[in-house]
Amino acid sequence: MNPKKISYIFRQAFKSMWRNRMMGFASIGSVSAVLIILGFVLILVLNVNNMALVAKETFDQIAVYIVEGTEEEQIKDMGKAFREIDGVMGVAYQTKDYALERVKEDWGEDAVYLQDLRNNPFPNTYIVQLSDVSKSDEVIAKLETFEGVDRVRYYQDAVNTLIKLSDFVRKFGAGIIIVLLLISVFIISNTIKITVLSRQREIELMQYIGATNGYVRGPFILEGIMLGVFGSVMAILLIMLGYNYIIDYLAGRYVALISGMSGYLVGVEMVIDDLIIIFMTIGIGIGMLGSLVSLKKFLSI
Amino acid sequence: MIEFNNVTKIYKKTFTAVKNINLKIDKGEFIFIVGKSGAGKSTLIKLLLREISPTEGIITYNNQDINKIRKRSVSEYRRHIGFIFQDYRLLPKMTVYENIAFAMEMICCQAKSIRREVPLVLSMVGLSDKAKYYPDELSGGEQQRVAIARAVINKPETVIADEPTGNLDVETSKEIMKILAEVNRRGTTVIMATHDREIVNHYHRRVVELKKGIIIRDVKAGGYSYESEED
Repeated sequence: MNPKKISYIFRQAFKSMWRNRMMGFASIGSVSAVLIILGFVLILVLNVNNMALVAKETFDQIAVYIVEGTEEEQIKDMGKAFREIDGVMGVAYQTKDYALERVKEDWGEDAVYLQDLRNNPFPNTYIVQLSDVSKSDEVIAKLETFEGVDRVRYYQDAVNTLIKLSDFVRKFGAGIIIVLLLISVFIISNTIKITVLSRQREIELMQYIGATNGYVRGPFILEGIMLGVFGSVMAILLIMLGYNYIIDYLAGRYVALISGMSGYLVGVEMVIDDLIIIFMTIGIGIGMLGSLVSLKKFLSI
Repeated sequence: MIEFNNVTKIYKKTFTAVKNINLKIDKGEFIFIVGKSGAGKSTLIKLLLREISPTEGIITYNNQDINKIRKRSVSEYRRHIGFIFQDYRLLPKMTVYENIAFAMEMICCQAKSIRREVPLVLSMVGLSDKAKYYPDELSGGEQQRVAIARAVINKPETVIADEPTGNLDVETSKEIMKILAEVNRRGTTVIMATHDREIVNHYHRRVVELKKGIIIRDVKAGGYSYESEED
C-alpha cells in the first residue's frame, strides 16, 4: 500500500462520515451502548466470581457446635477424635465466652444491647479446618455421629449459591451481549449502506476504470472501523466514570452492604486495561463486519 | 486480440440476449456494432467487460479466457479497456482536471506523472482551457470529451464506447467521432455501439450488425444496414 492510496482512503472515509454524521452518531451510540453493557456484565461477572472465590477460601472450615453442658473432658476427647478424621487439617476450640467477646467487638458501640443477656447464647465450638474441600461431605457425616455434637455448620451452600449466581450472570450476560452485537452490526451495516448508495456512481465508475479493491472498499471498511473505535472510546470513558459513580452511590445508600462486600469488589482500575483491549477489539470487529456485510450486498459489478 | 467463440447469454433461463456469437476483433481495428435497442449490443459489451458471464461459449482477450480471471484480478483486466458511457458519468463534484486525474489515481501513478499526462490528454480532446470547470458548466459534447479523456488517460489497448453520441446533436457527434478516430489512429482498438446511421455511413469502417441477439452482418467497410432502414 502506497501512502497516496492510504491518504485517499482516509480522506474518503472522513468525508463520508461527515456527510452521514447523524447515522454515524447512531452507530457510534449503539456500539458504545453494547460495549457499556458488555463492560458492566463483565465487571459483574468478575465481582461475583471474586466473591465466590473469596467465600470459598474463607469458608473452608466447619463449625461444630457442642451441646450445652458437655463435660470438659469429653470436649477434649472430641477434639482429639476430630483430628483423626481423614480430610481434617486442624482443629481449634472456641469457648462460648470467646464467641461472645468477638461479637461484642464486632458490634462496637451497639454491644450495649448484649449486656442485658442473662445467658451467653453462644455454644462452645470446634472450628474444623479442612485439608481438602472435596471431602467436606464425608467429614461432616462423621462429625455428626459424635455424641455431644449439637449441630454442624458449613457454608458450602452459600458458596454454591454464589457460584450458581455467577454462572447465571455469565450466561445471561453472554446472551444479551450476543443480541446487542448483532444489532450493532446491523446498524453499522445500514450506515455504511447509505454511504455506499450515495457514492454508487463513483464506485461503479471506479470498477469500470479497474480500481483495485483497496480503493473501492478501503474507505468503507475504514469508515466502519472508525465508527467502531469511536464507539469503544466513548464506552471506555463512560465506564470509567460510571463504575466509580455507581460504587459511590451504592456506598452512600447501602453502607452496610458495601462495607460487608468491599473486600470482594473489583475496582475499575483493576479491569480497565483488559476492558480497553476487549472494547477496541470488539468495536473494530463490529465496524469491519458491518462494512463487509453491506459491501457484499451492494458492490457487485 | 478479442475473440467471441460461440457465445450465448441467456438471462433468467428464458430470455436469450445473444446467441452463438462468433466475433474476432484485431488490434487497432475500429468497429461499429449496430442494431436496434434490444438487439444485444449492450449484452455484448457487458460480456466483454466481464460484468456478466456467458451462459455458453468462451470470450478471450489476448488469448486469455476472461471468465477464468479470478474475481480479484478483474480490476487488472479492466485496465486494458477504457469505457465511454452514453451519459458521460463524470463525477459532479470534481473539476474536469480532477475527473481525469481520478482515473489515474485509482490505478497507480505518481502525482508527477498525473501532472504531466492530464494536460496532454486535455489538449488532445481540445479542452485545455476548461480544466478547472465543473461538469455541469460544460455542454454535453464537452462532457463527453472529458469522458473520452478519462477513458484513454491510462493508455488502454481498447476503448469501448456505448452510444457515445446518443445524447448529442449531429455537429457535436462529429467532434466526438473525430476524437475517437484520433484515438484509433494512435493504435487503440475502438469498439463503438451505436445506432447513429449517419456516422456509420460516413466513416466506412467495419460494421457488425446484431438482430435479436444474432450477428446478421459483419462487413469490413460498410454502412448502416438496409434492415435498419425499414424502421
